[in-house]
Amino acid sequence: MLKSESLSRISRTLAMDSTPPLSPPVVSTRALFFRFLEVGLSGFGGVLPFAHRMMVEQRRWLSEAEFAEVLSISQFLPGPNIVNVAVMVGRRFQGPKGAFAAVLGLMLMPMVIVLALALVYARFADVERVRHAFNGIAAAASGLVLAMGLKMARATRGSLVAMAIAAVSFVAIGIARWPLLWVLAVMAPVSIVIAWMRRAR
Amino acid sequence: MMHPALLELTLQFLTLSLLSFGGAAATLPDIHRRVVDVHHWLTNAEFTQMFALSQAAPGPNVLVVSLIGWKVAGIAGGIVAMAAMCAPSSLLTYWVAHAADRFREAPLRIAIQRGLLPVTVGLIVASGYVLMRTTDHGVVAFALTLLTTATVVATRVHPLWLLGLGGLVGALGWV
Repeated sequence: MLKSESLSRISRTLAMDSTPPLSPPVVSTRALFFRFLEVGLSGFGGVLPFAHRMMVEQRRWLSEAEFAEVLSISQFLPGPNIVNVAVMVGRRFQGPKGAFAAVLGLMLMPMVIVLALALVYARFADVERVRHAFNGIAAAASGLVLAMGLKMARATRGSLVAMAIAAVSFVAIGIARWPLLWVLAVMAPVSIVIAWMRRAR
Repeated sequence: MMHPALLELTLQFLTLSLLSFGGAAATLPDIHRRVVDVHHWLTNAEFTQMFALSQAAPGPNVLVVSLIGWKVAGIAGGIVAMAAMCAPSSLLTYWVAHAADRFREAPLRIAIQRGLLPVTVGLIVASGYVLMRTTDHGVVAFALTLLTTATVVATRVHPLWLLGLGGLVGALGWV
């Protein structure tokens, strides 16, 4: 397994980074589990950059273009993007068991850590200082989420229609607090139809 | 023996899974609506604390779901809520990946992708806004949120520093 992995890596290096490999890399279920385990442990507030580094730069499981494609599909489906990426990459190399191994590897340690943290927190939640500290963390973390939204807004390239759709979605969910199901049922088709009609331009 | 809310919790996250376009961050307002406003499983303050905890741990954003599940129905709740949040969307992704090669450059796929982007942007900004409102919002907390937003948008400072700053300012009793 190790040998074929390194051989395919060499063949990819020879074939240059930009072109797809002649022989696709061989990735075992074990490797999927453990590499995604490392990825799960590495990211604070977003794991995707670490997954990219591992799969494209370090292990060379995917080319940049292949990664972009996997990411774009996982972004337009529901579900946490990184979990969808793990499903697709696991499936690509080892079918259902690969997808399962990758997702399990990704989620296992973060779940153990965060639940352990929660148990510790529950013991100290009555301590004024701890509660205040977490209020401060929450205030900063809300800022992280806002910033993520604003950064993503750049991808709409200043299109007025896109900004209007974003604004309506914001008001419906953030201020009117309408159920997501109804907001999506209206906004998603409307926005997709507009994107469809504007595709020629 | 089984926690009474466990089944309802599972159903809530099974449906949220298929609605979670844009990932966990975009779904947080609806999670908050269901968990705090509709079912009264958590208070506003508890929801905020679970969110803060999830941000203070390594791993994907969706971890907040396991903390909410834990708060509602213990460790079993944490595991079940997370599994319910991931399973339906993962199965759908698996199936779509299977079919995706045929639609690689299909105009409809591109239109769907472009069309969903602004909706997701709106949902994520709404998410930050709802989280800001659920935090005890004194002037300092508000300033902390805006400072973090501006810093992350404008610089490449690692987010962990900003969370640390928030924790420090909070621990000093200023928030």
